[in-house]
Amino acid sequence: MSSQEIPEENLPSKQVTEPEHGSVAVADENPFADPGLPPHQHRIQDIDERAAKRSERAIAFMFMLSMLATVGFIAAFVTIPADKSVFIWPIGHISGLNFALGMTLGLALFCIGAGAVHWARTLMSDVEVADERHPIEAEPEVRAKVMADFKAGAEESQFGRRKLIRNTMFGALALVPLSGVVLLRDLGPLPEDKLRHTKWAKGKKLVNMNTHEPLRPSDVQVGSLTFAMPEGMSEHDHDFQTQIAKAALMIVRIQPENIKDKRELEWSHEGVVAYSKICTHVGCPISLYEQQTHHVLCPCHQSTFDLSDGARVIFGPAGHALPQLRIGVNEEGYLEALGDFEEPVGPAFFERG
Amino acid sequence: MSSDNKKKAPAGERVADWADGRLGIYSLAKANMRKIFPDHWSFMLGEICLYSFIIIILTGVYLTLFFHPSMNEVEYHGSYVPLQGQLMSEAFNSTMHISFDVRGGLLIRQIHHWAALIFLAGMFVHMMRVFFTGAFRKPREVNWLFGFLLFVLGMFTGFTGYSLPDDLLSGTGVRFMQGAILSVPVVGTYLSMFLFGGEFPGGDFVARFYSVHILLLPGIMLGLMVAHLILVFYHKHTQFAGPGKTNKNVVGMPLLPVYMAKAGGFFFLVFGVIAAISAIASINPIWALGPYRPDQVSTGAQPDWYMGFSEGLIRVMPGWEINLWGHTLVLGVFIPLVIFPLVLVTIAVYPFIESWVTGDKREHHVLDRPRNVPTRTAFGVAWITWYMVLLIGGGNDLWATHFHLSINAITWFVRIGFFVAPVIAFIVTKRICLGLQRRDKDKVLHGRESGIIKRLPHGEFIEVHEPLDQGQLHTLTAHEQYAPVEIGPTVDENGVERKVSGSQKLRAKLSKGYYGEDNQIPKPTAEEYKEITSGHGHH
Amino acid sequence: MKKLSARRRHPLAAVVVLLLALAATGGLYAAFAPADKAQADDTAQSLAIDEGKKLYAVGCSSCHGTGGQGSSDGPSLVGVGAAAVDFQVGTGRMPLQQQGAQAPKKKVIYNQAQIDQLAAYISSLGAGPSVPTEKQYNPDGADIAKGGELFRTNCAQCHNFTGEGGALTHGKFAPSLEGVSPKHIYEAMQTGPQNMPSFPDTTMPEKEKKDIIAYLDAVNGEKTQSPGGLKLGGLGPVSEGLFGWIFGLGSLIAVAVWVAARTAKAKKS
Repeated sequence: MSSQEIPEENLPSKQVTEPEHGSVAVADENPFADPGLPPHQHRIQDIDERAAKRSERAIAFMFMLSMLATVGFIAAFVTIPADKSVFIWPIGHISGLNFALGMTLGLALFCIGAGAVHWARTLMSDVEVADERHPIEAEPEVRAKVMADFKAGAEESQFGRRKLIRNTMFGALALVPLSGVVLLRDLGPLPEDKLRHTKWAKGKKLVNMNTHEPLRPSDVQVGSLTFAMPEGMSEHDHDFQTQIAKAALMIVRIQPENIKDKRELEWSHEGVVAYSKICTHVGCPISLYEQQTHHVLCPCHQSTFDLSDGARVIFGPAGHALPQLRIGVNEEGYLEALGDFEEPVGPAFFERG
Repeated sequence: MSSDNKKKAPAGERVADWADGRLGIYSLAKANMRKIFPDHWSFMLGEICLYSFIIIILTGVYLTLFFHPSMNEVEYHGSYVPLQGQLMSEAFNSTMHISFDVRGGLLIRQIHHWAALIFLAGMFVHMMRVFFTGAFRKPREVNWLFGFLLFVLGMFTGFTGYSLPDDLLSGTGVRFMQGAILSVPVVGTYLSMFLFGGEFPGGDFVARFYSVHILLLPGIMLGLMVAHLILVFYHKHTQFAGPGKTNKNVVGMPLLPVYMAKAGGFFFLVFGVIAAISAIASINPIWALGPYRPDQVSTGAQPDWYMGFSEGLIRVMPGWEINLWGHTLVLGVFIPLVIFPLVLVTIAVYPFIESWVTGDKREHHVLDRPRNVPTRTAFGVAWITWYMVLLIGGGNDLWATHFHLSINAITWFVRIGFFVAPVIAFIVTKRICLGLQRRDKDKVLHGRESGIIKRLPHGEFIEVHEPLDQGQLHTLTAHEQYAPVEIGPTVDENGVERKVSGSQKLRAKLSKGYYGEDNQIPKPTAEEYKEITSGHGHH
Repeated sequence: MKKLSARRRHPLAAVVVLLLALAATGGLYAAFAPADKAQADDTAQSLAIDEGKKLYAVGCSSCHGTGGQGSSDGPSLVGVGAAAVDFQVGTGRMPLQQQGAQAPKKKVIYNQAQIDQLAAYISSLGAGPSVPTEKQYNPDGADIAKGGELFRTNCAQCHNFTGEGGALTHGKFAPSLEGVSPKHIYEAMQTGPQNMPSFPDTTMPEKEKKDIIAYLDAVNGEKTQSPGGLKLGGLGPVSEGLFGWIFGLGSLIAVAVWVAARTAKAKKS
């Protein structure tokens, strides 16, 4: 609206625009007048036909090179086996096919671009042209016409007069998307208590993830780190991923006299303690165990837990300790769970409590 | 030629006539064929984004021909030995197939991924160019928002794409996302169950992310990008101040032929460079990462760079958790989840804040030099600093190992830097801008240092200053300087107290911060110039 | 020289100086940075415990105590076994140069014969894992894929997907496994040096250790192929992002500068 009021700003004149109260005054005072576009200077190619010819040849050369590179691409595709490894300094041992295809394709494309740009830069006219701008906003007459048209249209529809039609239409339009929302219901089941249970249960043996054999207390030495899953689980189970995401277990052995937390000691067996491997922050498998300090660090966000003190959080963004699994030994001498985790494993959630 | 024209129009013209009769292409071409584009390298940043987006679409379509978006468990029997017989999802298996058994598949995969990283980096730099030169001012605010939305959607398109191969790294990223969703009060568990079709990881998310990644988000982005380009054409390009360049014109070269060749050629240049990079450097080598298992993990688990700042937020947040009435508020995760969009929105809303402070309703087509708008520039640098501090936080483990630092110390550095670094950056940048303004003023009044030392007859050494020509003088003084807004007297002429609203006061304060006495250096005036140049013995 | 002085006021002069300075600093750093390549040679000999005891008294007793009982500066060595000595001394981690978050790998200062003597002495203090024989750690014929799965379950969380290393708390770190000999990897798994947990045969049998060694050799050995090109440190998205910004976007901007730059004018000298 106010663009018409703004004077030619490059004139060395003093203007203060204050279109309305409260807006900023612009002290526009340009002391050095605009000399206008500088005269066009010729390029070498404009005045020297030999230079222009050189440019022409260079451009044609680039287009030719592109053609050759495409031929090279096809040749590489046909001749180089997909598993051929080549050594290219300084990149190393890489796939010959990938390198050849990428380089030829890159060259073929780059040369087309380089040729076109060189053409534009050296042979096409480089005279700078000024184009007028026009204000984006419409002239007042246009604006008035649009407003009048709209008013006429709105009145003809009787939209404003027949409130019943208007309101019921709004109602219908507001309701109809609900069908879409309702349809999303079957995207997944309700949470219920799914996050509270894992595959662990009383009497389930602790199976070594490495050997798939049940563990005995004597297998777990001080300073060692072992991962376990509940007996009866197999990598081939259809829900293995979902189950191991909650059941993964980390087993270490700490001299009982070094265990500071009373409950931890109670729930352990001869210093063998079993903690959930799933971080209570956002669920990364935490297992960077430092055997001298008994700290475990999460590789994703660096939450640090002290396994000798109830796995409480000593650093980082996790909000609560790792859940401990209560373990014992069955009559055959194997480590077994004495129940499921008492609290939900993994990241906290609203219903966790 | 002209005689030819009279007899029978050449074939090309006849085709054009045919098309014009149906599509009206001549009126379109009339306005646009010789459209003027100014020459400046920074005006091509947007083109880098456009072209890498096209490259991503082309390569993406190719990848869909081979990729199986399924989480069914299969055993691997392809040609990569160290994974023989391993269980993996079909998604991972087909990505392995693309990488090792489809000729050129690896190249296309790498072009797709490198182009994605460059696309987002390009958008970031493009956005900063628009920001620091004030190109977002009227009439381009809407286009600024379109661009911002493209950046945000690009981030999520990238994230969903990164998750598709179902490898150990991206799976860890998805797990993080699921943990973050769980932290949402009241509905978190429901959202998670609905998104993953049950418990994590379930068997659905790859297929779901796939349709989001290849259809939903790119579809919206394509629409936004077309709108963005139409507006660029409609508004005509901005330009830097200079002789002959005013707010009412645009100086440059015509679309046909120069920019047809330059912009068209630039597409091939961008594609060529990205193809060469994909031949040279490996990206996301999923065979080295292995298939996803929720009980396995690797150190150095990071998202692609554009999500790095969110990773930083979550890494440095203290582990706050509140248990009340049998419910848990997971603030340690939820606060970063809320700050994450806020970081982005901060920069997105800035143009509207500035236009409110200046109250300027005119169109602006001449770009600012960043130094001439110290407060805006300082704000932008502070924001980038903020972003960078978070990026450092997102890679704290790699900083620790590569610079032999303690990860805990870096985390604390980021925690403090989150609040302090932007403030320092703001102050320092503003000082630098003002210093540069003074230097410009000096240059205008005293000329440019020539580097030539002269000895005067009485033994004094001086450096000869060369006066600037009219064009340079004009360029250095073309920017306009605002005067700070005044609240005015709080008591009117009749002694009645005038109500001043809080927002008015705030605005006056901000305006002073922008244009007050110590916040911009007054431009040299013609009088000053004359006075100095007419005098003698100046150094 | 005249040309140089004429150009020192050029707007880009500062940039050039800065680049030169950066290059010089980098070059100097590369020249003076301590190199950490160490390799133990494989000459095994049996030697008397006495010789080991003498070496121990000179090189180790100040921290670990005169009888290996440990002190405030170093842990007890009773029962750590010969494998631990062979690893710690054989990779140069011991003797320690200075107390710190963790003993880094450095130049090995004892020869293999002396290391064996030290090992013999330490194992005489109390039984522990002995130095593995080549039959135990030679990965020939091992299951690489199984090793990969084991590696991702047991090792990758600290050492990264392919053994590039990673950070631990308070300046400690899991070292890169590139170029570490199979024997030393085996010993590290067996004994759990410093803060690394051990993976004894009871939970990770000899065969599985071999699988892991074979996997490491396949994915991070001298002949490992990186099909896609530069490995970028094998560190994942952070180095990829840096590369994308610097070389990807960087070269595209360089190209853009060329596209938009003015062509040389005829008048210019």
